[in-house]
Amino acid sequence: MAAYCYYPGCSLRGTGIAYEESLLAVFKLLHLPIEELRDWNCCGATSYMSIDEGSACVLSARNLALARQLHYRDIVAPCSACYLVLRKTQDYVQRYPRIGRRVEESLGAGRLHVLNEVRVRHPLEVLHTDVGLAKIKARVLRQWPGGKVACYYGCQMVRPYADGDPDHNPVRMDELMHAAGVSTVDFPLKTRCCGGTLTGTMPPVGIRLNEILLAEAHHRGAEAMVTVCPLCQYNLDAYQSELRHRSKTFAEMPVFFFTQVLGWALGGDPARLGLKRAISGRRQIAQWFPKQRAEAAAHV
Amino acid sequence: MERRLKLQKEAEPEWARRISEHPGCEGIFSCLQCGACSGTCPLSIYMDFGPRRIIALVREGFRTAALSSETIWLCASCYACAVHCPRQIHVTDIMYTLKREAIEAKLYPRRLPIPVLAQEFYRAVRSRGKNAEFWVVLRMAVKSNPLILLSMIHTGWALLRTGRLSLHSEHADGIAEIKRYLDMREVA
Repeated sequence: MAAYCYYPGCSLRGTGIAYEESLLAVFKLLHLPIEELRDWNCCGATSYMSIDEGSACVLSARNLALARQLHYRDIVAPCSACYLVLRKTQDYVQRYPRIGRRVEESLGAGRLHVLNEVRVRHPLEVLHTDVGLAKIKARVLRQWPGGKVACYYGCQMVRPYADGDPDHNPVRMDELMHAAGVSTVDFPLKTRCCGGTLTGTMPPVGIRLNEILLAEAHHRGAEAMVTVCPLCQYNLDAYQSELRHRSKTFAEMPVFFFTQVLGWALGGDPARLGLKRAISGRRQIAQWFPKQRAEAAAHV
Repeated sequence: MERRLKLQKEAEPEWARRISEHPGCEGIFSCLQCGACSGTCPLSIYMDFGPRRIIALVREGFRTAALSSETIWLCASCYACAVHCPRQIHVTDIMYTLKREAIEAKLYPRRLPIPVLAQEFYRAVRSRGKNAEFWVVLRMAVKSNPLILLSMIHTGWALLRTGRLSLHSEHADGIAEIKRYLDMREVA
C-alpha cells in the first residue's frame, strides 16, 4: 500500500500540535502508512491569498508537485485552510489560464497536469472512506468516558470543495464518532464560521462567534465539542475563560480534535494524544482521563 | 454630515468590468440582489455594507467606497455565501479580489488590524516559506493596535503552558527555490 503523504501546514507545528500527535497515532493504530512531505512550504492560505492570488497558487502547487515527484497518490491536509487552498489551486490552474500560466512559470512549462495527479484528502474523509466505519467499529477497545459531543465541521473543509459530504449538513464526523461508540447531539451550527483569525484581529467579534457555537453545543446537551481544524479548535478552546469571566452562566467545555477521540477509542496511549494540551475544560479532562487509566492503557 | 447618496458621475464602470475578469468574479453582473449572501453571512451584522451591497457597489463601479469598506476585511472566508447564492456567484472570491485591490491601491481602512495581519503573514511566508504563528501575530499587534497585546497575554500564557506556542521560526528547506518562484512576474 502506498503511503499517504502528510502535509502538516504551519498550525500543526504550533497551536494545533495535539492534532498532529493524535492524527499520527490514529494512522499508526490503523496501520496506515503516512510520511511527512519532505521540504513542504506554506500553502498560501487565507491571509496570503488576500494579498496575492497567483503566488498563493504557486506555493500550493509546489507542495503538490513535490508530492507527485515523490510518487505519492494522496496528500493528507488536516488543516481546513490548507485543504481548501490545495484544492483551489488544482481547480484554478485548470479553470483560469492566467493562474495556470503563473504556476507554469515556476514549475516549468507543460507540468500543470502533475498537480491533479495527486489527490488532496482531508483525514476525516480518509478515515471515513478508505478505512471505513465497519473497520473502525471492529477495532474499538475503549469506551468514551465523557458524555455526548457536538461535531463541529467549520467552514473551509466543507465549502466549496466538500468531496461528497453535503456542504449544508455534513455527517462524516458524526458517523465516525458513532462508530467509535461516542454519542453525538444534533448540532445545527455545525458549519457556521468560527471567525478564523478574527479572534486575534477583532477580539469582540471573533470571540462572540465562538460564544454562539459553544452556547449552542451546551444547550443541545453536549459535554464536549469535536473539531477537524486547528484554527476552529484554537478559537473554541482558547477564549472560554474570558467568556466565563463575562457571564456567570457560561459553562466551560473541552474542545477535542476528532483524531483525539478516535485515538482514545482505538486504544491509543493517552499521553500521545495531546489530551493535556487543552486550555478549557481541563477539569473534565482530568476526570475523564485519570492518571491510573493512562498508565494501564496499551501503548501505541 | 456626509452625503450618503452616490452620484453616477463618480462611478468607474471600466473598473467594474476589470474586476469581473478576475477569477471568481465573473458573476457580479448576474447578481439578483436577493440578499441570500448577507442573510447567511455570520459576520454581516458587524459589516458596514454586507456582501449584497458590496456587489451592488462594485458592479456600478463605486471603487473607492467598495475598496475602503470594512466589509471586505471582516469576511473570514467561510464560503457560506458562495454555496447559498442562487446564481452561483463566488462571493467569497469577490471579497478576496477586493482585498487585493484595496491593498494595492492602499485604500484599506487603516484602523483595522486585519489587513495588517494579512501583510505580515505574506511577508513571513515570502521570507521563510512558512508562517511563524507567534511572530506574525506579535508583529500584527505592534503595528496595528498594541492594546491587543494586553488581551493576548492571557491566551499566550495558556498556549505556552500547554506546549502549543512555538517561538521558533522555521525556514522551508527549499527557501531559495521558493523565493525564485514567488519573485517571478505575472505575465498578462
